Amino acid sequence: MKYGTTGAACAALLKRDLLLVWRRRGDALNPLLFAIIVVSLFPFALGPERTVLERIAAGTIFVAELLAMLLSLDTLFRSDLEDGSLEQLVVSPHPLSLLLACKIFIHWMTTALPLIVIAPLLAELLHLPDRVLPVLLVALLLSTPLLSLIGAVCVALTIGMRRSGMLLTLLVLPLIVPVLIFGAGACNAAQSGFAFHAPLLWLGAWLVLALVLAPLAAAAALKISLS
Amino acid sequence: MNDQASDPAEQPATLLQAQRLGLSRNQEVIFGPLDFSLHPGEVVLIEGDNGSGKTTLLRILSGLLEPYDGEVLLHGEPLTLARLSHQVALLGHLLGLKLELTALENLRFSIGLGGIRRGITPELALASVGLEGYEDQPIRTMSAGQRKRVALARLLLVPAGLWLLDEPYANLDREGIELVNRLLDHHIHRGGAALITSHGAYAYTSGMPRRIRLKAAA
Repeated sequence: MKYGTTGAACAALLKRDLLLVWRRRGDALNPLLFAIIVVSLFPFALGPERTVLERIAAGTIFVAELLAMLLSLDTLFRSDLEDGSLEQLVVSPHPLSLLLACKIFIHWMTTALPLIVIAPLLAELLHLPDRVLPVLLVALLLSTPLLSLIGAVCVALTIGMRRSGMLLTLLVLPLIVPVLIFGAGACNAAQSGFAFHAPLLWLGAWLVLALVLAPLAAAAALKISLS
Repeated sequence: MNDQASDPAEQPATLLQAQRLGLSRNQEVIFGPLDFSLHPGEVVLIEGDNGSGKTTLLRILSGLLEPYDGEVLLHGEPLTLARLSHQVALLGHLLGLKLELTALENLRFSIGLGGIRRGITPELALASVGLEGYEDQPIRTMSAGQRKRVALARLLLVPAGLWLLDEPYANLDREGIELVNRLLDHHIHRGGAALITSHGAYAYTSGMPRRIRLKAAA
């Protein structure tokens, strides 16, 4: 007999989840389209003046991308719960928190990473000054995994309930407001020529904290939700 | 008490033992108190009508649920998820298969998660549940009975001594029912043990399985 190692289990889970996203790639594009549509509607509503758009560019992109991620959050564990895969993960001989961390990583990679990749395009659409773009990208790179991790804990808490979408949004919203304030704040500071490092460092610190604690919290919450 | 549990001669290889196990919901007793034990090489059948708590009992024994009353011992010590997970294979009424993936991809994932027995491959396991030629067919396109067979193939692959099967006979044709019985025979001859729930229409027939009848205490 050969028992699987935890590394092999994580590799198998990463491969399976990537394959699943590929098989449902139409759904995976949804958040991307949502963000593009939201951002491209703003010039129509506010008029094409460069000064106005420049002023709102960073904040708009930030809000659009975070909301787009929020859209896909509910699917994080939903299908696994409905087909019984989640029970198999829980009774498997590996730490549930590590397995969930793999799932969260795939979620981030398939929803947030494409959003970050198109961020320069959206920035161009709204005339974001070139020197602010790197700050925007770094802020997004730090805040989107934070949202995935915080979101995963909230999803794990609410997954036992039917129609948990509303409750999930209410739970996540207050938790991501600070992320938004610091992320968009860094961009605004850079745009006005002020120092922008402090908010980015704060985001980094929270990300490290969430990386360690969120999978553990999600695993505990999921076990409660399943029972 | 502790001395007894650690002395193998005193407790000859009881795999699983339930002591005064009970379940109540909203102050209404659903089953119990229940005492039973399970030894290697043994099949125990849990029978009961719909809603008598069979699935819940299995979820308690698999560590997914905390028992409400009483306790479950694994090798003489209290059962926890961490201690159980290397030895148990669970087949719930949700099969745990991904509809978008093929039979082979699903089995490969299970191997990654739980390991694999010596001398078997996913292709062999599929062949022995009668699904030869269906390796690359997505689960979505399979019938309920075929899906069940894929889940049974997973039991063959994963190196677990204890099988917890929730209604393994549901959705299967006559041939499939015999298949489940054959797999169980093979499993207990290898020294494994199994707990099976059934609402009574079909059941494990070879040998003399011990039966536990669940009845609401009210």
